[in-house]
Amino acid sequence: MARRYDSSTTTFSPEGRLHQVEYAIEAINNAGTCVGILAKDGVVMASEKRVTSGLLAPSKSSEKTYKLCQHAACNVAGLTADANILIDQARLRAGRYEYQYSEDIPIEQLVEHVCNYKQAYTQYGGLRPFGVAFLFAGYDQHHGFQLYQSDPSGNYSGWKATVIGANNQSGKSLLKNEYGATPEEKDDEMKVEGAEEETSMPDVNKALQLAVKVLNKTMDATASSPEKMELFVMSLKDGDVVHKILNTEETKKVIDEVEAESSAAGDS
Amino acid sequence: MDTVFGVEYEGGVILAADQSNARSILTYQSNLDKITTLSPSSALGVSGPNSDLVNFSEYISKNLALYQLSNDGIQLSTHAQANYCRGELAKALRRGPYQVNCLLGGYDKSTGKGSLYWMDYLAALAKVNYGCQGYASNFCLSIMDRDWKEGLDQEQAVAIVEKCIKELQVRFLISQPNFVIKAIDKEGVRTLKFGADPSDN
Repeated sequence: MARRYDSSTTTFSPEGRLHQVEYAIEAINNAGTCVGILAKDGVVMASEKRVTSGLLAPSKSSEKTYKLCQHAACNVAGLTADANILIDQARLRAGRYEYQYSEDIPIEQLVEHVCNYKQAYTQYGGLRPFGVAFLFAGYDQHHGFQLYQSDPSGNYSGWKATVIGANNQSGKSLLKNEYGATPEEKDDEMKVEGAEEETSMPDVNKALQLAVKVLNKTMDATASSPEKMELFVMSLKDGDVVHKILNTEETKKVIDEVEAESSAAGDS
Repeated sequence: MDTVFGVEYEGGVILAADQSNARSILTYQSNLDKITTLSPSSALGVSGPNSDLVNFSEYISKNLALYQLSNDGIQLSTHAQANYCRGELAKALRRGPYQVNCLLGGYDKSTGKGSLYWMDYLAALAKVNYGCQGYASNFCLSIMDRDWKEGLDQEQAVAIVEKCIKELQVRFLISQPNFVIKAIDKEGVRTLKFGADPSDN
């Protein structure tokens, strides 16, 4: 029965569902994991790099992180080819906004534009939806640093910390426990239940460590290594937004710090 | 024939304009308000034929209202508003230009400052501390140049504008009996003074 409604993206099934869109969302749950964490002084994004073949030439700069404009970047989970189309749209929108107003586009407007574009493919006939989920990191004068996630249906939402891609559920539950909690406080929080306080934001370094910790959990690889992940930091320097993808040594350093911490805690 | 001026001061801007609506040798009315409120904290003083004046300032103000509605109540900065106006003038220039020369004054909460932008119908844009549109600039720019300095308060800025108006009434051939003076600051846009009430008809 459901099969009759599978082939057409834009037709509701009798249960009121759009199967193609749900399959696209499902496809992303198998894609490389991306973690985004909002910090006090920036935004951190970490993504899993899946090693396909040793013969493949390594990409020159980044695989998963794309700069959209001076004050926004995104991480991709899903079909990279589809993502390229959407990234072009985002860059075009950012450029047009600057042309019209001589000012940086507010991050939410940029995200909304990309999501409207995605949504159209779930409503107009003959086309398949984009098989991509994004994490957007950005800075604007209205709301400072921001982190958004989007899915193929065109939904988007803002987060303090989130995970997309494979094993995102277990990644999210780790973030829920660890985001905003310092090691000493963790035990106290167990005792005082229901007292939900405003979580204290980590700084960029702490956020990087937490992101690596989440990737370690979701990747279920035996040992994490710099070749398997890409770490990105957006921060402010002298009022300008700085994008940085950590190089091998810097990534190694973060991984080592996480390992040192976990072995000290005795739960390695 | 019209006169519009603006003077920036510490924490705001003064915009002023004559209130005559005239064409050729005939005066239609002398209580016109040529300074349109664009957003809660900005206003546009326009000099030009009444048709273009109304058309252009409404077009801009409605589009800024649309921006605010579609973007969660976020307001454009004065700088962005000025560049938007300029873009629209540039777009119109090669089709059928709006014959409007404008001064845009606004207050920005983020900086706590007022700012003034000068624009002509050829879509030239400049940020200025004081400015004037029309024949009046021949009389007034020298006064503003002498009297304007950094960190004026509102009374001092109004005093400069009133000095300019007085000069026009003594030396300018064309009669401009009434002027409206508005202030834009953290309280918003408000009318300080008018020669004839714009709401009288």
